[in-house]
Amino acid sequence: MHEMGIVLHLAKTLDETAAQEKLTRIGSVTLSVGEVSGIMTDLFEDCWNYFRGRHPLLKDAVLKIETAPAVTFCGSCERTYPTVQYGRECPYCHSGETWLLTGNECIIKEIEAEGGEEQEE
Amino acid sequence: MRIIELGASVTASNDADARALRMRMRESGVLLINLMSAAGSGKTTLLSRLIRDLKELRVGVMEADIASSVDAERIEALGARAVQVHTGGMCHMDAGMTAAAVEALGTERLDLLFLENVGNLICPAEYDTGAGKSIMLLSVPEGDDKPLKYPLMFRESDAVIITKTDTAGYFDFDQERCRERIRRLNPRAEIFPVSAKTGEGMEALERWLREALREWRGAEAARPAKGEDADA
Ligand SMILES: Nc1nc2c(ncn2[C@@H]2O[C@H](COP(=O)(O)OP(=O)(O)OP(=O)(O)O)[C@@H](O)[C@H]2O)c(=O)[nH]1
Ligand SMILES: [Mg+2]
Ligand SMILES: [Zn+2]
Ligand SMILES: [Zn+2]
Repeated sequence: MHEMGIVLHLAKTLDETAAQEKLTRIGSVTLSVGEVSGIMTDLFEDCWNYFRGRHPLLKDAVLKIETAPAVTFCGSCERTYPTVQYGRECPYCHSGETWLLTGNECIIKEIEAEGGEEQEE
Repeated sequence: MRIIELGASVTASNDADARALRMRMRESGVLLINLMSAAGSGKTTLLSRLIRDLKELRVGVMEADIASSVDAERIEALGARAVQVHTGGMCHMDAGMTAAAVEALGTERLDLLFLENVGNLICPAEYDTGAGKSIMLLSVPEGDDKPLKYPLMFRESDAVIITKTDTAGYFDFDQERCRERIRRLNPRAEIFPVSAKTGEGMEALERWLREALREWRGAEAARPAKGEDADA
């Protein structure tokens, strides 16, 4: 049930943004999800669609998920490499002393919304 | 429609809840400690030992579990104040759930308050619970490669307890290699090898906990309060 927990936090963060910016409706939410964040995007979308139906602000909000690449750092040769392709073993020196640099995050990149000060018009 | 760039973590709202809870805990003078580990690493056993050893301190425990109540019953049997939190299927505690549990237990007449997080090495580390200290357990049978596989929890912990050291003879756990891996991820983490079964190594951990409590309260009462410098 990790995904539902994230949806609840996402909704709360969006509620707070909406209150601050006086938004009345959110049309879309773009998330940047790390390749190895462990978030199952299909399951996440199911949770989202279930949840937004009972949340007026998010009723029409489409979820857009972008994938952010995962990068691992090798402590032995101090080089970086793509995590998904090579896993935990460094492809340069075959050391296993490696650490994930990025790819674990889940960030709200942007939202499309109505209300507040419409700057363009 | 206009576009608003946020760049916020999905858990931004949790961070705000966590800060609020931490501030409340500071005012109450109770040190909240988030205890994390994989399932079965020995969290409840360690807490039982600490409750027996730290006699001069009043210890409370919040047991987070997906559904059962056995851990809270074990703690209550030792005479400590405990509350069971059912996470309703959720695999981690967040700050909002922690604040509700603190509310249910109450902070009066307490010195240390432990949160036994859900047994899971992954997502509990992603959520700030509002605790003043976070500590994790890694038990010898789990293997010394865990810092490589689950770096985030090792990075987020103020102390790493290597537990079940009494079983070292049966496993190929290399303590030096494990320490080195932890240090590379988190140079400021204190490392305590202990056996909650034999009591070996518990003293160093208990000294650290007492010191952490003093520090927590010192920071809270950093101004006059004590009467030492206030003599006329
Ligand atoms: N040999 C040995 N066994 C231990 C030690 N600490 C805990 N155990 C055993 O490990 C098992 C699990 O311990 P618990 O304390 O229930 O572990 P836990 O982390 O609270 O488990 P969950 O709450 O289910 O995640 C029990 O059978 C304990 O007796 C130890 O230091 N040495
Ligand atoms: Mg337990
Ligand atoms: Zn390398
Ligand atoms: Zn979780």
